[in-house]
Amino acid sequence: MELVCPAGSLPALSAAVDAGADTIYAGLRNATNARHFVGLNFSAERLAEGIAYAHGRGRRVLLAINTYPGPHGWSQWTSAIDQAADLGVNGIIVADPGVLEYAARTYPRLDRHLSVQASATSVEALTFYREQFGIRRAVLPRVLSLAQVTQLAENSPVELEVFGFGSLCIMAEGRCFLSSYVTGESPNTCGACSPAAHVRWEEQGNGTLETRLNGALIDRFQDGERAGYPTLCKGRFHVGGRMGHILEEPTSLNTLDLLPELHTAGITAVKLEGRQRSPGYVAQVTAVWRAAINACTDNPRGYRSAWSWQEALADLSEGSQTTLGAYHRPWQ
Amino acid sequence: MLDKLRLSLGPCQYFWPRTELERFYADVADSPVDIVYLGETVCAKRREFRPEDWAGLGRELRAAGKEVVLSTLTLLESRSEMGMLRRLCENGEFLVEANDVAAIQLMQQLGIPFVTGPSVNIYNAATLGIYRQLGLQRWVMPLELDRRALTGILEATGPNRPETEIFAHGRLPLAWSARCFTARYHDLPKDHCGLRCMEHPEGLSVETQEGDRFLTINGIQTQSGRICNLLPHWRDLRAAGADILRLSPRPRGTTALLHAVANAFAGDGKALASVDAETAETCDGYWFGEPGMHRHHEVTMGDARR
Repeated sequence: MELVCPAGSLPALSAAVDAGADTIYAGLRNATNARHFVGLNFSAERLAEGIAYAHGRGRRVLLAINTYPGPHGWSQWTSAIDQAADLGVNGIIVADPGVLEYAARTYPRLDRHLSVQASATSVEALTFYREQFGIRRAVLPRVLSLAQVTQLAENSPVELEVFGFGSLCIMAEGRCFLSSYVTGESPNTCGACSPAAHVRWEEQGNGTLETRLNGALIDRFQDGERAGYPTLCKGRFHVGGRMGHILEEPTSLNTLDLLPELHTAGITAVKLEGRQRSPGYVAQVTAVWRAAINACTDNPRGYRSAWSWQEALADLSEGSQTTLGAYHRPWQ
Repeated sequence: MLDKLRLSLGPCQYFWPRTELERFYADVADSPVDIVYLGETVCAKRREFRPEDWAGLGRELRAAGKEVVLSTLTLLESRSEMGMLRRLCENGEFLVEANDVAAIQLMQQLGIPFVTGPSVNIYNAATLGIYRQLGLQRWVMPLELDRRALTGILEATGPNRPETEIFAHGRLPLAWSARCFTARYHDLPKDHCGLRCMEHPEGLSVETQEGDRFLTINGIQTQSGRICNLLPHWRDLRAAGADILRLSPRPRGTTALLHAVANAFAGDGKALASVDAETAETCDGYWFGEPGMHRHHEVTMGDARR
């Protein structure tokens, strides 16, 4: 199984390589990718350095060009595809059919992976993207149970990649407009969910801290409570007479325990989320997953996730909590 | 000369009892709506109407002079759901609204024309052109696109354009999840949910801790808290290229609204006054390139006072 790790900067990229990533995925410093945060991502020059570092050690680099261009930004996306080809990346990760068609026509030998943002959940959808745009691989959305992933893998016309660890999107990716409903910016159009420019942290006189997104109150923390970033699906709201995390709690996805099942199902690659994270984070998470995948590949039947791995990942998780998410039916 | 703007009724997003569906669509048959979308788009477990019931209802509405389109499930997860989708696409009688790329794949294989719903991501003319070649006859513009994006896409597409439909009134379907939020609210596992959605004919209201209406939960779907209302701007939508305006069914007031909009289209300048009276809970920001929850006309009214 291939280990695919995130890099939002050159130090993160080299940290991932050094810690044992097989493949690193990155984005350009603009709205063409789904982690378009201030101070993050690569200029063409820095990406060239990163590619040289990875290729020099036998690793691969993928470029995520996985947002949806509107009619007025179109040339920025085709130019990102051109840059990917010029720089010699090993593949591109794309969601928009128009961009996929441009890449397939212009650079037929450049591997195309279907981004999670395309939200393909069935053999029929995967077949569509393979027949129309010749995709080699698809990243599955985090909405399928393990049984559904296994069944899909049995009949998939393309390689499959699944998310193993990191921030948990609880909505079907590429089909969630919560962020643009509140802020005007969404993952599809701007490459950002609940963007920082719209966030306000407000200390109240009585020791409580309020977090707001474009004015809307997302959460309110009592003195001493650990305050989280106001990702809007992880806030506390009122429904009926109740108040709480009505959509999801601040928690991270962690599928370390499912590795043997994913391996047996024939999943090609496991992806770690977190291009917005620090090089130190990337190094630690990559090292844990490298050890786990090696253990699983050596002896799938005898595999058990080590307590030290789980402890390390819990420390790096949102709210220090992890979940199997949709893979585990009771979560749904 | 522009063709007449047409009016459509989108698929019912909620889970209503069979008798309520029958009553609702009997009223729709007598209303001035042009196009009616039928079927379950949210959850495969909602089966008050089975596929043959929807088809039967479709025949009745067609006899009443309506164009009928069958809508597909949006988030497809299991093989049994794919089987239902396949039978729907092969119905042989009615046009189908694809709410997932899987449905597009099936219909282009069958060589039949199709409509795309608001959750199929068409953000540019290149994508619209690809689907057009595969049989796209009409598209519902994605919810978060604005006027500028629409005119840009249509200009770049040229004369061979499909019909354009815009979601103009109702709660916006903003997100889809593996998790059922209604079951979670009732502390029930999704697989034993007891079909509790039926207790919430217009979803469950989600409010911020300050009491602001924020979102609406409806099974695995999350909707806007506010009602999207682009109807006062219908001339602007028409000028920008809309051929059809979509209203989304609500438990009360839908047929009255259909009459009011039809009267407005026919030139009655006061027909939408009762709709405007609802402004406290409406939004129209997406059309103007603002956050979807915003009310643009409030801003312009503020500007006018300055």
